[in-house]
Amino acid sequence: MNGLSAHLPAIPVIIPLLASPLVVLLRQRGLAWAAATASSLFCFAVAITLVAAVRESGVQAYAVGSWAAPFGIELIVDQFSALLLLIVTGASSFALLIAPRFGSGVPDDRQYLFYTAWLLALAGLSGIVVSGDAFNIFVFMEISSLATYILIAGGPNRQALAAVFRYLIMGTIGATFYLIGVGYIYMMTGTLNLADMEALIQDVSDLRPVLVAGGFITVGLALKAAVFPLHIWLPNAYAHAPHAVTAFIAACSTKVFLYVLFRFDFLVFQGNLPGHIEQFSAFMMPLAIIAVLFGSAIALAQKDLKFLLAYSSVAQIGYIMLGASLVSVSGLTAGILHMFNHALAKGALFLAVACIGTALGVLSLDKLSGAARRMPWTFAAFVVAGLSLIGIPGTAGFVSKWYLVLAALELGVMGALLIVPVLIGSVMAVIYIWKVVEAAYFGNAGETVVRAEAPWWMVTVLWAAVLLNVWFGLQPGLPLELAREAAALLLEGQ
Amino acid sequence: MMEYLGLYNYWVFAVLLMLGLYAVISRTNLIKKLIGMTIFQAAVFLLYISMDKVEGGTAPIIQSHMPGQLYSNPLPQVLILTAIVVGIATLSLGLAIVIRISEAYGSIEEDEIRKMDNA
Repeated sequence: MNGLSAHLPAIPVIIPLLASPLVVLLRQRGLAWAAATASSLFCFAVAITLVAAVRESGVQAYAVGSWAAPFGIELIVDQFSALLLLIVTGASSFALLIAPRFGSGVPDDRQYLFYTAWLLALAGLSGIVVSGDAFNIFVFMEISSLATYILIAGGPNRQALAAVFRYLIMGTIGATFYLIGVGYIYMMTGTLNLADMEALIQDVSDLRPVLVAGGFITVGLALKAAVFPLHIWLPNAYAHAPHAVTAFIAACSTKVFLYVLFRFDFLVFQGNLPGHIEQFSAFMMPLAIIAVLFGSAIALAQKDLKFLLAYSSVAQIGYIMLGASLVSVSGLTAGILHMFNHALAKGALFLAVACIGTALGVLSLDKLSGAARRMPWTFAAFVVAGLSLIGIPGTAGFVSKWYLVLAALELGVMGALLIVPVLIGSVMAVIYIWKVVEAAYFGNAGETVVRAEAPWWMVTVLWAAVLLNVWFGLQPGLPLELAREAAALLLEGQ
Repeated sequence: MMEYLGLYNYWVFAVLLMLGLYAVISRTNLIKKLIGMTIFQAAVFLLYISMDKVEGGTAPIIQSHMPGQLYSNPLPQVLILTAIVVGIATLSLGLAIVIRISEAYGSIEEDEIRKMDNA
């Protein structure tokens, strides 16, 4: 590699970080949006290039400032981070394309500040994904979290403020737990580089601090990733954020923290702490099953579209954790693949919500009765994305659930029992998506039906996202390969 | 016994950590929650600062007239400098949100806010 391509791993972090002060200087809303969208799309293109590079020539490493690892900060893009980078930059680009203006919560002359915060959130999330340094990950975590709090606080109602305060407190506790864990590992090994950590823990004679670190890091990251029962910040934060922000963070932010969680638990701790992986499995599997059942059941009872989808996210995080807690290559493959596919499905659904919210201004189910006749294109897209969330064959959601079931069956009778919650969760997903469809298609629209479709560019972006769901349902090769290689990397180190 | 008392830095760390977390969980006043959060973070700063101490070590500045001098490890101090900055940013954002909450709700008590939301 030579020239610019050697610097590729750093670009998804550098570009939004440099663009954010630029957006402050631009001030004008349209220009700010254009600059933010352009840099996000550029990062998306870089992410695609990186995926191609990883598939062609393996792991891409980059020494920041030419300081070699383990002393310098190392950026590493392997199959797992390439996939996550694709999710993060893709979600950001789609959500920005649909949002030339943030809902009514923010005055026009201050909207540029929100695009600034958006770019910082993007830089932080990309940074977490590419960084190979534990402390660097913490810093990026806080950059992205602080920016996300600002974005959510821009929501139209005052409930957004109460929700964001709770998120801020819980998010900070989660990040601080992570910091404590990193501190304990540093005490025992004297390194912050993840790969170096894994090698050096093998020489540690007293493993108790490492065990404590494992606990702190797992719980802290689970809090950030909204793993049941640490999810209580999530529904309010998602539901009261501006629509475009919800589409962005719902598609990628919890997955990024799950990514760090898997990195630590499978790469750093797995081989070094005796019995760690059995404990991980024993703790996470029941929580994952409860998350699937509880999240779906609560979603059934919701009367607001955004709350409904937010609780469904809690359940979907359960599927990802369930795959990981099987601790087999096939299980982890299913979990990682579900990160990608859920990002596609939930991202598309929240884009549809953004269209509905913009055109009709209401999101409670009883007020949406007959709305499909007013916005046929948007609701048709909602239905297809909903099918993907449920896991109907031909859509992306089916592929990962299918692999999850196959991975569970590998375990024999015990595994066959695990299929039950997956199926119950899917049936409940059918019901809560049907609730929306029933209200929108079969509800009483009143005497006169006025067409009130969302602006054409929003519907176009929405359909692009929906068609991706179908495309990756029929051609799951690329994410599947990446997920399989990532799972092999995590479990077998190759 | 002395072995454990000698680690008093770490005892203070643990006690501060629990105090901070308890304040965050038990207080309903949002400002008091933020104070608890700050104590919680400060405890972690103390953990990092404590671990860099090398017995008999001095400040990590190389001096040519003192060859073979032991130095404390400077890296955790640098790390925690970053974490302190992050903590300040979080605290100021938290306080800004509390101001907005107080403007929007007329209260900064969590239970009253919840009552208003549910009403």
